[in-house]
Amino acid sequence: MPAVLEIEGLRKTYKSRRRGTRNALDGFDMRVDAGQVHGFLGPNGSGKTTTLRTLLGLIRPDGGRMTLLGHEVPNALPTVAGQVGAIVESPQFFPHFSARDTLSLLAGAGEVPATRVDEVLELVGLRDRAGERVKTYSLGMKQRLAVASALLKNPKLLILDEPANGLDPGGIREMRTLMRTLAESGMTVVLSSHILGEIQLICDSVTIISLGRRVAFGPVDEVLAQHSSGAVRVRLEAVSDLPAATEALTRAGIRVTGHPDHLMLAGVDKPASVTRLLAEQNLYVSELAPIAVDLESVFLELTATAPVPGQHRQVDESMKVGGTGQPGATAGGWGA
Amino acid sequence: MSLFRTELRRLSKRRFTRYMTLLGLLVLAAVVVGVFFTNQKIGAEQLARAERQADQQYQDQVRWSEQERSACEQAKKAGTATDGRYPDDCSVITAPPREQIEAEWSLPSTFNFRETFDETLVPFAAILALVGFVVGASFVGAEWSTGGMMNLLLWRPKRLTVLLTKLAALLTGILAVTLPAAVLWFAGFWAVATFRGSTEKMTSGVWQSFVLTGLRGVALVLVLTTIGFALASLGRHTAMALGGVVALMVVGQFGLGILLSMASVKFAEAWLLPTYALAWMTKTVTLQNWDSCNATYYGECKPETMDITWQQSSVLFSIGVVVILGAALWAMRRRDIS
Repeated sequence: MPAVLEIEGLRKTYKSRRRGTRNALDGFDMRVDAGQVHGFLGPNGSGKTTTLRTLLGLIRPDGGRMTLLGHEVPNALPTVAGQVGAIVESPQFFPHFSARDTLSLLAGAGEVPATRVDEVLELVGLRDRAGERVKTYSLGMKQRLAVASALLKNPKLLILDEPANGLDPGGIREMRTLMRTLAESGMTVVLSSHILGEIQLICDSVTIISLGRRVAFGPVDEVLAQHSSGAVRVRLEAVSDLPAATEALTRAGIRVTGHPDHLMLAGVDKPASVTRLLAEQNLYVSELAPIAVDLESVFLELTATAPVPGQHRQVDESMKVGGTGQPGATAGGWGA
Repeated sequence: MSLFRTELRRLSKRRFTRYMTLLGLLVLAAVVVGVFFTNQKIGAEQLARAERQADQQYQDQVRWSEQERSACEQAKKAGTATDGRYPDDCSVITAPPREQIEAEWSLPSTFNFRETFDETLVPFAAILALVGFVVGASFVGAEWSTGGMMNLLLWRPKRLTVLLTKLAALLTGILAVTLPAAVLWFAGFWAVATFRGSTEKMTSGVWQSFVLTGLRGVALVLVLTTIGFALASLGRHTAMALGGVVALMVVGQFGLGILLSMASVKFAEAWLLPTYALAWMTKTVTLQNWDSCNATYYGECKPETMDITWQQSSVLFSIGVVVILGAALWAMRRRDIS
């Protein structure tokens, strides 16, 4: 599948006499294939928005290469801008214009047919409120308007920074459906979000960034698999058999944690080997359940941002990886 | 071209633009109406009334001088101390000759188009320049502070093209208001002169001079509009331009004026910007140094003078526009947008 978005070794450094030097992006890599819904995750201050702004020509990078739709940016931005719809960070519009005026002015600037304005207003559910001034809108309505402005160009690549911000549950579900529909129509969607359950539900692949570097990337299920601990929960027909089972499994080199009515095993590659081993000892399994990890726990583990009781984590306290070839990488990268 | 048309639409849709333009035009209309009602046409009746008033003044002077002369003589006879109130010779207390009290002094104010119209072009240019400055600053400043500029750059990534197109649309919009307003200003004062004054002695040379002054006024409006726009773009906020001007006027002009005056600097006004704006409009402003004395052949003491010309003003304003607009363009090209 051709890459719609590729970033290699992207660097952005902010220098301040008072606060010194801070690497917002420290050799960041990313790849998004055509037709995918791609999740872009990272803790606050990790460099997500800086990446998107740099990609869209709003921030000048200090190093690295970027392409959008096969064209090197920022040089080719005037060529590709008409095919890339984007909202960056919170939606911002002139508060005294109506939604229709706002979109109509953008359509005029981008030479998009005026009929497209009503189409996107319908699509994001703002048709009946389109004549009202933006300053009367709720955050969720502004978010819908922002998505509408990004869709106005009917882009090949849609980049949305926190699109579900401020949306009600119904709105989040509508947004999810919209993203899937757009992807099915051939549009590539890059979603930056903190709602990891949503990302896991709608994204085909993810990139996780921490302190300006990529810490994981690839298809969602592969990232989850790479970071599952191989934990398995085992229950036996008779609770009295648990000590014998513990002894047999420990002898086989499996780490076992005992509980009153079950055992937790760690480092199990093939759960079938557990049933075979126990059966050979005449111990019969009533439940064998691999413990699934979700994106949230992988994210917290990779970025080291899980809350610790009694500690107040600061914004920049997250995982710093050693190099570009970090464990957990499954695919992607420049030329991969 | 589509971006230019869109920006022109954006400018005309903004409420601030509409309200400020309306306010500026209302002030201009108020000036014309005010001049209309404070002037009168001079006819035989007004001349006769003025003559009567001059006679009355002469009679008052005669009566007063006689009273004073007799009081003076009584004081001399009584030998009362007058503390220098009266001269030694009481006969010198006389009324001025009748011909020295001119009837013209008692004439009502009248609007002579040939003599007065060019003076009205100064407030015309000043009011519209102020409107242009704040509208220009707000047009781009609000775009920056509300995120509109960022949205636009996601559609049109060529930053300089975007900023210059916005400026071109703004100047077109201001010109579209200023030129008809100038025509109405000419027409308004022509009407004032027709009904409340005189339109005599209007030669083609006078008309040419008025038109050229009007064009210089339009240029001043465009320059101030550009500077307001560029300052707000540089600071990425309307307040940057407005605050900058307040600071410049209060600290840079009033403060500097007081300081120069205290230091007894010669031609202190030469350091103040309004002098150059006035010179631009009136072609020349002559500054005088009252502390000096240049003796003439007739023994008079004339103060030293210094002329500020419209050419000097044009150099100053050109440099100002190039520096401020250049800085705004440089910042637009180089600075990150966050």
